[in-house]
Formats: sequence, C-alpha cells, structure tokens
Amino acid sequence: MELQDLYREVILDHNKHPRNFGRLDPADAVANGHNPLCGDKLTVTLRLANDAIQDVKFEGNGCAISVASASMMTEAIKGKDRASVNQLFDKVHALLTQQDAPSTDLGKLAALSGVREFPARVKCASLCWHTLNAALATADAASAPAVSTE
Amino acid sequence: MNAAVDAGAIPYDVAQVRAQFPILSRSINGRPLAYLDSAASTQRPRPVLDAVEHYETHLHANVHRGVHTLSQLATDAFEASRERVRRYLNAASSREIIFVRGATEAINLVAQSWGRPTLKPGDEILISSLEHHANIVPWQMACAATGAKLVVAPITACGELDFNAYLALLNERTRLVAMTHVSNALGTVLPVARIVAAARDKGIATLIDGAQAVAHQRVDVQALGCDFYAFSSHKLYGPTGLGVLYGREAMLEAMPPWQGGGDMIRTVSFQSSTWNELPYKFEAGTPHISGAIGLAAAMDFVESLGLQRIAAHEHSLLAQATDALSQIPGITLHGTAPHKAGVLSFTLKGVHPHDLGTILDHEGVAIRAGHHCAMPLMDLLGVPATARASFGCYSTAQEVEQLTRAVHKAREVFA
Ligand SMILES: Cc1ncc(COP(=O)(O)O)c(C=O)c1O
Repeated sequence: MELQDLYREVILDHNKHPRNFGRLDPADAVANGHNPLCGDKLTVTLRLANDAIQDVKFEGNGCAISVASASMMTEAIKGKDRASVNQLFDKVHALLTQQDAPSTDLGKLAALSGVREFPARVKCASLCWHTLNAALATADAASAPAVSTE
Repeated sequence: MNAAVDAGAIPYDVAQVRAQFPILSRSINGRPLAYLDSAASTQRPRPVLDAVEHYETHLHANVHRGVHTLSQLATDAFEASRERVRRYLNAASSREIIFVRGATEAINLVAQSWGRPTLKPGDEILISSLEHHANIVPWQMACAATGAKLVVAPITACGELDFNAYLALLNERTRLVAMTHVSNALGTVLPVARIVAAARDKGIATLIDGAQAVAHQRVDVQALGCDFYAFSSHKLYGPTGLGVLYGREAMLEAMPPWQGGGDMIRTVSFQSSTWNELPYKFEAGTPHISGAIGLAAAMDFVESLGLQRIAAHEHSLLAQATDALSQIPGITLHGTAPHKAGVLSFTLKGVHPHDLGTILDHEGVAIRAGHHCAMPLMDLLGVPATARASFGCYSTAQEVEQLTRAVHKAREVFA
C-alpha cells in the first residue's frame, strides 16, 4: 500500500482544479451530501433532459479524495442517460470496495482504485455518488404523480 | 503522596516508561508507531494489563451478591478500586464515586437524574464554546424535556474561555455551570477553580468534564468545590467501558436513580421498590468489574510516575512540537492559549485534515483528523476539521520529529 496509489496525479489535479465546480441555477434536482465522520459536505445540482443528465455541477468542501471523486464524476456522467449512470455507479462502487474489481471502461475514474486499500477513505470517494443518487431520486419524486394530498 | 517524586527529584526516563506499554513497540505500515492520539484514548501499561488478567484469572465472580468466597474476593477488589478512585480525586467519601461507562454516561446521568427533576422553563445551563458533544447534547436533551435553555460562554481568539463574558452570563436563572477542565480539541486548560468559585458564590451547581484532565494533572474535587466531576478510564491508561462520576454526597442523595435494575434497589415488590444507598443507587446491573480493577492499577501507575513529572514531560513535547510545526509554511495552529495541555490542533493550507491523517498514518504517525466531537467549536474556528496531535506519558521527542517530517511529506505530496 503506497501513498502514490491513493494520491495519483489525476486525483491531485482534480482536487486542485475541480471541474464543473459551482451550482446550476435553476436546476432540476439538488441534493446535499454530508459525511459526518469527517465533515465532508457537498451539493450536487443537475439539469435533466429526456432521461439524460444534460448538465451537472458540484460544490463543497472536503478532502482531496472526495473533491477529486466528485469532479471526475461530473465529467463522467455529463450527457449520459440514467441507465448508463446507474451502471457507472455500480462499477465505481465495486472498484472502491472489491479487491479484484475491473477498472475497464471507467476512464479517469479508474484512478480511484487505490482508495480500496485505505478503508477509512472509501466513504470520501463514494459520497458524491450517493449524493447524485439522492438528487436523481428527488427529481423522480418531483415528477411522479402526487401520491398524497393535504 | 509521592511528594518527592512529584517534586521532580528523579529524572523522567521516557524509555523506561515506554517499555511498560507493549503496543508501542509495534510498527505501522513498516514504520515505527508514533502514537500521538492519546487525547482520543491512551494506551495501557503492563501493570494495568496484568491487574485485569490477575482479576480475571483468580478473582472473578459477580459482586455484591454471593456468600461464596470468589464473590467476596471480587467485591473486595471492586470496592478497593472505588476507594482508589476516591483517593485519586480526594473525594470525601467513596459513596461519592459512581462507576459508569465513561465520561459521556456520567454527564448523561447528571442531565437525567439531576437536570430533569430540577430544571424549570426559563432556567439556564451555562456551558462553554469548547465543549465536547458529550457536554452539549445531554443538556440539549434535558432542555428539550424541561423548557430550560442552553447558554454558551464564548472563547477568545487564542481559545481561552472569555472569563468576563462568563461572569456576565451568570445570573439568577442559571442553575448549572457545566464546563470542560481541558479542551479536547484545542488543549486549553480552563481556570476551573475560578469558574466553580464564581458559580458557587451565586449558589449555582457545577459540573466539570475532566475527561482530558485526569491524566495530566492532579485533581482535588474538595479543593475545587465542584458538585460533579466526570472522566473516562480509557483516557487515563485504564480500560475502555468504564468511567467515573464524582458527585457531592448531598447532591447525589437528593437525586433519584436514573436506571433501574439489580444492585440499585433495597427492596422490590411488584407494587414498588426502595432504593439502595449511595453509590449503589446509581449503579444498576452488574458493573464493569475488571475495568474498575484496571483503572485502580492505572491510577497507581500514574501516581508512581508522578502527575507533575508527566505534565512537565508533555509540556516540553508540546513546546517542541509547537515550535517545529509553526515553522512549516502554510501551517495554522488552532488554540494557542498560554495554559495548555499536551494537545496540538493544526491545519495545513491546501491539505485537508483527512488527507493529512492518511499521509501521517502512512508514515507511522497516528493522529486524529476530524471535528473532535466539537462541531460547534469547528464552526467558530471556521474549519470543517483539524488535525490533532496529542501527547501522553510515553510520547517522545523523536515522535515529534517523526510528526514534523510526515507533515513535510504531506506538503510534498500536495505541492
Ligand atoms: C472533553 C471530553 N469530554 C467527554 C468525552 C467523552 O468521553 P467518552 O467517549 O470516553 O465517554 C471526551 C472524549 O473524547 C472528551 O475529550
């Protein structure tokens, strides 16, 4: 277990220069993620068009792993439809938690494979993905027919 | 006791102290362990491990219940530990020493058993901005149940209690002052004697959270004059799962029990029960017997080293570390009060405390990175988290150097 496996060039770069940083306004969906253990906080905003992620931004405050992971996530999901995003989520999740998970088709996200050697940091890398899912769920809830009336 | 030792007559031999802590000789990530997280939990010396093992091997049975020999031996050992704690704190009576699970449970006991029956709407509980969540949340719960209000005394820029502001906040509605003795996040030592005296002058009850104090300085609860004093065994070189609530006898007598069960009763019928005497009234169920035995051994250990000598040793490390770290570009030290215990909280520009924690760990250096269970204090400092190095009786100058080198390494990784 070497530090360079965790802090790869691409991760350090995304930490220093996060892509898609900020907040979409107006947005179709918003969610806040918080990791109470370390205080990492981030907000993901989305614009959706025909079941696809037309645009995405994130902002927040966290360690290098959480910032870089969020930054790379926004690049990876922009333009993708929901099914592909779900697939990507599963692959990233496997990459972060399973010893022999493949990193094929993950592009830059493969740089996160070192995180699994540092179990205390897995949640830092997955926070943005859980926040993304929460944002998508709020979008679904908003567009679903109201199930209850006051 | 140990006056000659405490006077510093014998030089402090840290190598000999370390030799008594088996865990300190292990390596982490192929490097020697530099354990700089004693504020979170201290390690256990051989005499504590041995005392627990001896108890488990030769003396264990349930306490206060049996006529058989082992039960008597276990009860004697358990009660001897209570007496040991009484001496450590210089309490007037061992009836004032309640064994609980930790500082957290001690404070919850007071919040439930003293707070709920006593507090009325509009009453105030005064804490400080430095408090650990354990000395915030139980009071918020008591306030929610009673309509009382939590009031927070501010701190100054260097992390000291703003004493004049504290005095100004004491008023006829204040029912309790609950403050930490030493800040776990910043290391500030609070002037608890003056804090208690000012409250007592106005007839206000006092609770001191001593979790971070008992391993670093002598505590005399009678001299201090507080009504309650709470601490955890595991921050005093003793076992986890055990803590102590000291309570002034008159206060404890007036309080109802907080948990019901075995040991805390005198008589039970299906209609009603009567309570046992102190301290058992507050000790429902089978206690952590081996924990108490271990804590007594830890107190022997600490006093044999001498609390003043331990404090002097930790102070020299604090000075060394403060000096070394403050020379690193981009470092901010949080908490620079003149009177501090061996705790150094810091942040490094451009490197989040968690990344710092991981890199330091990789270099064998164990520190705490996070909010230190003091989120409101972190908000005040304007940081989400800090890195915190803290020292114990076994910490060394070499470990401080290892820490400094590792922080430099973190700067390189993030250059
Ligand atoms: C000042 C202070 N109070 C209370 C506590 C709670 O102690 P425990 O978790 O052992 O109950 C701690 C532990 O971190 C502390 O530092």
